[in-house]
Amino acid sequence: MLTGCVAPAPSASSVERPLAEGQAAAVTPLRWGGDAEGGAPFVEADPSDPASLRGFDVEIVDIVARGLGRSPQFTQVAWASIEQSVARGDFDLGVSGLEDRPELRARFAVSLPYFEFREVLAVRVADRDRYRTLADLAGKRVATLGSTMAYRLLLEAQTQRGVVPVSYDDDVHPYSDLVDGRVDAVLLDHVIAERALERLRRVTGRTADPFVIQPTVVARGAYVAVFAAERAALRDSVDAVLSARLRDGTLAAIFKRWGVWDDQQATYQQRLLARLDSGAASAPSSAGDASGARPVTATTIAAYLPALLRAAAITLGLSVAAMVLAVLVGGAIAAGRVYGSAVTRAMLGAYVEVVRGTPVLLQLFVLYYGLSAVVRLPAMLAAIIGLGLNYAAYESEIYRSALQAIPRMQLEAARTLGLSEWQVFRLVRGPQAFRLALAPMTNDFVALLKDSSLVSVITVVELTKQTAIYATNVGSWFVPGVLCAIIYLAMSLPLSRVARRLEARWHV
Amino acid sequence: MSEATMILHIDALRLTRRQRGETREVLRGISLALPAGRICALMGVSGAGKSTVLRSVVALEPFDGGTIRVDGVSLSAGPVPKESALRQFRRKVGMVFQQHALFPHLTVHENVTLAPVHATGAVPQQASRMADALLESLGVMHRRDAYPSQISGGEAQRVAIARALALDPPLLLMDEPTAALDPARRGALAETLRALAMAGRALLITTHDVDFAKAVADEVAVMAAGEIVELGAAHDVLERPQHAATRALLSHERV
Repeated sequence: MLTGCVAPAPSASSVERPLAEGQAAAVTPLRWGGDAEGGAPFVEADPSDPASLRGFDVEIVDIVARGLGRSPQFTQVAWASIEQSVARGDFDLGVSGLEDRPELRARFAVSLPYFEFREVLAVRVADRDRYRTLADLAGKRVATLGSTMAYRLLLEAQTQRGVVPVSYDDDVHPYSDLVDGRVDAVLLDHVIAERALERLRRVTGRTADPFVIQPTVVARGAYVAVFAAERAALRDSVDAVLSARLRDGTLAAIFKRWGVWDDQQATYQQRLLARLDSGAASAPSSAGDASGARPVTATTIAAYLPALLRAAAITLGLSVAAMVLAVLVGGAIAAGRVYGSAVTRAMLGAYVEVVRGTPVLLQLFVLYYGLSAVVRLPAMLAAIIGLGLNYAAYESEIYRSALQAIPRMQLEAARTLGLSEWQVFRLVRGPQAFRLALAPMTNDFVALLKDSSLVSVITVVELTKQTAIYATNVGSWFVPGVLCAIIYLAMSLPLSRVARRLEARWHV
Repeated sequence: MSEATMILHIDALRLTRRQRGETREVLRGISLALPAGRICALMGVSGAGKSTVLRSVVALEPFDGGTIRVDGVSLSAGPVPKESALRQFRRKVGMVFQQHALFPHLTVHENVTLAPVHATGAVPQQASRMADALLESLGVMHRRDAYPSQISGGEAQRVAIARALALDPPLLLMDEPTAALDPARRGALAETLRALAMAGRALLITTHDVDFAKAVADEVAVMAAGEIVELGAAHDVLERPQHAATRALLSHERV
């Protein structure tokens, strides 16, 4: 977790941060949460001093804290969890390019919408004239960040136009996958799109642009700071500071410094000021705090359940396929480690240790993104292979110890009966080892069912990811979490039962 | 007795083991011959090398010198040959392990038919009928469809004998058959083994149970420290022991 140390951007006028010990202790810090993984220009670790932060959201929090006479204190939170963390009281406000939307206003106090973003399409240069709007992308894969306004737009476009939404956990890989041809377009905020374009220009170092941003604006939205509903008073103080800084041009200066200022933003600020003057204060983009209320009711459950069940089918199919692969590869590894030559044993042993000793998340990243220059696997296939090869290491250890647990005399007895080595394995050792391995295998399958939620990092929307999307939409984890848990249990409990029954029947 | 009628012929069997840099002579030139229809009890204290002789004869243990011939098929010194090279030999020797080593995942009947069906490719129905006949003759037909975990120790031993006889080998080896058997059942076992010998099989049995040896064996070979120190007709050896090891064995038995 990154905390404390909020440093100015290199180009910013050097303002001393009130972090001197005596001073900081005298006032209550303004605790704020954001996601530094989201990166520039919102919140990012300063490349020249990774322990400190920079970005336009960082500077906005700075001026707000200054206006309140407090010092900012940062907490790192995953972007999709910022709102839930605010609700828990982990910090006073969340600021990290958070999108204003009715569901948010229904459950939280939100600041004035300090920045207007535009949802824009990015496409490969060759597709510049083919894919201008979402309407041109029927049947095509369009990437975005999960749980965002852009994702909701894509879901609508899916039902209306047959666009295929692809959800990512970060805003970097949608663009690299666009360039690699894994998706046909990316729909995201213009700030993110422009930053991605710059980054890829830097990385590729070529004069030709890696992709183009279409000029048509698909939708508009605004960023807000988020407070717990009961902190409306703090929100009002923050809004007072923000509107003062809006009037005196400080906000515009910050946006200019970070290269996100343009004519459209200037127009937006004028409109925002006009609304503030007319007293419509904090909610120019929605009718009011209560209007967007969407309580979790039977109707929303009914609305989300089909999506959850489809995601559950993906989880189950993915897990079964990965387990089949794990059992086959694991069996081969175990046989190699028990019967193979010294070299074979050493190589297989190394495989098992490397796979067990590194996080499966890392393995999935390497398989999907790291190897994309060599082999470009579809996400679902990469997920099955990644999980399957990972679990194969664990399965192989189960089978190996099960094979070695069969008493030597059993094997000798089989040999004295004239069975070949292969027959001894197939008829005597294997079946007995399989019975021993059954209980731990069942355990592993249940674990795999749950670990399959990790594959959302490579864009597969399975049950947990779908639940997170649902939870973000309704603004609560309670009902989606309970539904999700029930579905997982409905998949894992019968399996454990079957295994117990088989074990009982085989009396081992 | 001429060599031609011998089922088992062990000639100058030697076996050396290397353990922690030390070499130890486990068998120092064992020679033994056994004709059809006879039972030989291999006796001696624990560690004398009895079980090692059995393991060598059933081709589970490599030996360093001498030869073993069973019904015309020879094993020579050196590493244990691959199973594919032992096909013919395996049909000549059946082995009953001390702990029976029945396959726990197979029924009694499947334990007995495993070798005929898979090792010699017998027709399943025929193998099944033969297995039933064997189980019947050994008095365990009523346990035909039970699993090994469901039957008694005495029954398990009879099933193990049936399994060892499934390929109809001329030589049957048994390692300490009375070890896990209560005294009341030893008489019945002796009867069973006599019947097998009567049917023309040769039996080589390790035991340190003198009464059982008297009841069942035609010949006795007494081993001590890797050698056969006394060999002869059972009543001679056991009534008029010549060697100190034999006397020790007999006195130990009386205590």
